[in-house]
Amino acid sequence: MFDKFQNNDRMLMLFFIFLVLAGPILLAPLGAGYPDLLQRFCIFGIFAIGFNILFGLTGYLSFGHAAFLGVGSYSAVWMFKLLTMNVIPALILAVVVAGLFSLLIGYISLRRSGIYFSILTLAFAQMSFSLAYSVLTPITNGETGLQLTLDDPRILDAANTSGGLPSTNFFGLTMNSTSKLEFFGMVFQFNVGFYFCAVMLILAFYLAMRIFRSPFGLMLKAIKTNQNRLNYTGVNTRPYTLAAFVISGMYAGLAGGLMACTDPLAGAERMQWTASGEVVLMTILGGSGTLLGPVLGAGFIKYFENIFSKINESVLHGWFSFLPDGLEDLIVWVLHFFVGKGWHLTLGLLFMMVVIFLPGGLLQGAANIIDWIRGKKQSSSTQISNPNSMPAE
Amino acid sequence: MDAILLQILNGLDKGSAYALIALGLTLIFGTLGVVNFAHGALFMIGAFCVVTLQKILNISTVAIDPTTVDFLGNPLKVKTPYIVNWFGEAAGSAIINWSVPLAILFAIPVMLFVGYAMERGLIKHFYKRPHADQILVTFGLAIVLQEIIKAFYGANPIPTPAPEIFRGSFDFGVWIGMAENAVIYPYWRLVYFAFSAIIIGSVFAFLQFTTFGMVVRAGMADRETVGLLGINIDKRFTIMFGIAAAVAGLAGVMYSPINSPNYHMGMDFLVLSFVVVVVGGMGSLPGAVLAGFTLGILESFASMNEVKGFFEAMYLPSIDQIIIYLVAIIILLVRPRGLMGRAGVMEE
Repeated sequence: MFDKFQNNDRMLMLFFIFLVLAGPILLAPLGAGYPDLLQRFCIFGIFAIGFNILFGLTGYLSFGHAAFLGVGSYSAVWMFKLLTMNVIPALILAVVVAGLFSLLIGYISLRRSGIYFSILTLAFAQMSFSLAYSVLTPITNGETGLQLTLDDPRILDAANTSGGLPSTNFFGLTMNSTSKLEFFGMVFQFNVGFYFCAVMLILAFYLAMRIFRSPFGLMLKAIKTNQNRLNYTGVNTRPYTLAAFVISGMYAGLAGGLMACTDPLAGAERMQWTASGEVVLMTILGGSGTLLGPVLGAGFIKYFENIFSKINESVLHGWFSFLPDGLEDLIVWVLHFFVGKGWHLTLGLLFMMVVIFLPGGLLQGAANIIDWIRGKKQSSSTQISNPNSMPAE
Repeated sequence: MDAILLQILNGLDKGSAYALIALGLTLIFGTLGVVNFAHGALFMIGAFCVVTLQKILNISTVAIDPTTVDFLGNPLKVKTPYIVNWFGEAAGSAIINWSVPLAILFAIPVMLFVGYAMERGLIKHFYKRPHADQILVTFGLAIVLQEIIKAFYGANPIPTPAPEIFRGSFDFGVWIGMAENAVIYPYWRLVYFAFSAIIIGSVFAFLQFTTFGMVVRAGMADRETVGLLGINIDKRFTIMFGIAAAVAGLAGVMYSPINSPNYHMGMDFLVLSFVVVVVGGMGSLPGAVLAGFTLGILESFASMNEVKGFFEAMYLPSIDQIIIYLVAIIILLVRPRGLMGRAGVMEE
């Protein structure tokens, strides 16, 4: 199923647009049809797509991408404070600043490759976190986080007379306005913020697809396959990797800007390296190096985070109440480590499982299952590139 | 002069922790070629060995003491640890008092086992996989270990006090013939430094002066040839992994009185230890130790009020938070291989 779509980009694109735009309707039966979660799907989808351009195509594993997300958030909030509550200037600034920041970090980190690169980006991200958390307090407002206040200048907006904080808007359309539609007992919520993020996600996806199919994308894949050989043939790979790094940094900046658009505040915790780890996880889980994978991974993780965090012991007792008492207590005792606050444990285990058994991610798994149903051999499987196919060295 | 000495001393304890963790990381990297993102978790498990031992030692019998009553007139419950019942009042409370040093004995077998199990159970299967996979799987393992500890011990730091005679501070300046009250230094930090110096020394001595260490060093230089000589090098490397885990664990055990163990302490130290390893030069043991102490001392110098004030005038308050990263960047720009790195390590 997926491999056919890979051959036919137009179909994939239409399929993707349909999935995203119909999200509020498709996901409502799953209990995920509310705007806040849908926005997070889109935002982290963009973040993961951007990360995939670096990791999936060039194989450079960055552990510091959350720094760019945070930078994007901060610049967007500053734009809301100083210029206008319209989201467009905020997003432009977020992307530009994140791009410049990633140019700086990329220029230094890309001097090394492999593990060195991962560690360097990790160190940079942690440094940015410390900068935002304490050193640059005048700009970032330290631990409290950057927030809107009533007396911000906002020089382009009309004077604020309402007495409350203004909300972000897209040329007058407020981001958090929602129209509800009831249908067969289900409530479908159509939210402006979500559709704005959705359009951004579709644009981001389209751009990523063009990059994947372009000569530039091919060059990046060549770098992943065998950088030495490229160097020996006289190609300077540095500009290509740097360009990929900056592009993915700009994607992260866009995601951070959108985060600020849906909820206008920015905090340092967005830049912590666990946040960088999360995007790595999303990409790997979905399938790095594939187009749809990162978006799927992001949706999967955010969805299950939402579901699992809500389950507590009494819910578990409700589920297993048909069992004899002792057995019920035992099962609930075992399971309570994995739900609620223990969601991260589940996530960690899931992550390890995927890395160990399914290095191609969920898409690879789906392809394997489809092949198995069709009774084909594994070897003739799919076009989905296996990120672990290492070249002969 | 005394201010400088004080800062050097203050930097020693953090520097020792960095050096010990970085030493373990480098050992694992040098022998097995794996970057272990779960090494911080090993440090944390070491610290939680102390917590566990403390809990075990404090398991108590509860008796009702009819002679004393609380303000409602109910008799008070008196807890007596079993240890006190068994060994008598003096010996029992001394054992509880010395639980941190005792935890060393408890932690060594635990850490050796954890390291051995980790290498045989998981990391063994990743030697032929790309480096990115090794990073990812150890990162996942770090999350899992951290969350397990959190599930059993809670998210709050658990205080683990040092033995009573090592609590408080002493006048270090008087020892070396300076004026009184010039250099006041906590006892335990000196103990920590001495302990880590001993550990570092014994690791180097072990590698340098024993046959086992000689084989391991040979294996680090050329694994294949050592294998061809009929030596089971894999087994020795597994043992080295266990030793590296024990080094990280012991660093955690002794650090627990300085910083109460909490579940994310490993992650906090891991990032800085990576910086230390990279600055020292990947795969170089002396480099790791040197860079660990240098960066620890540097950090403490940056937290001096004079230095802070200087940077604050340049609109960079609390420079001590980022000084390590800044220095690391500069060193890597000037010497990309780190302070003592060799050519050809991790340069594919």
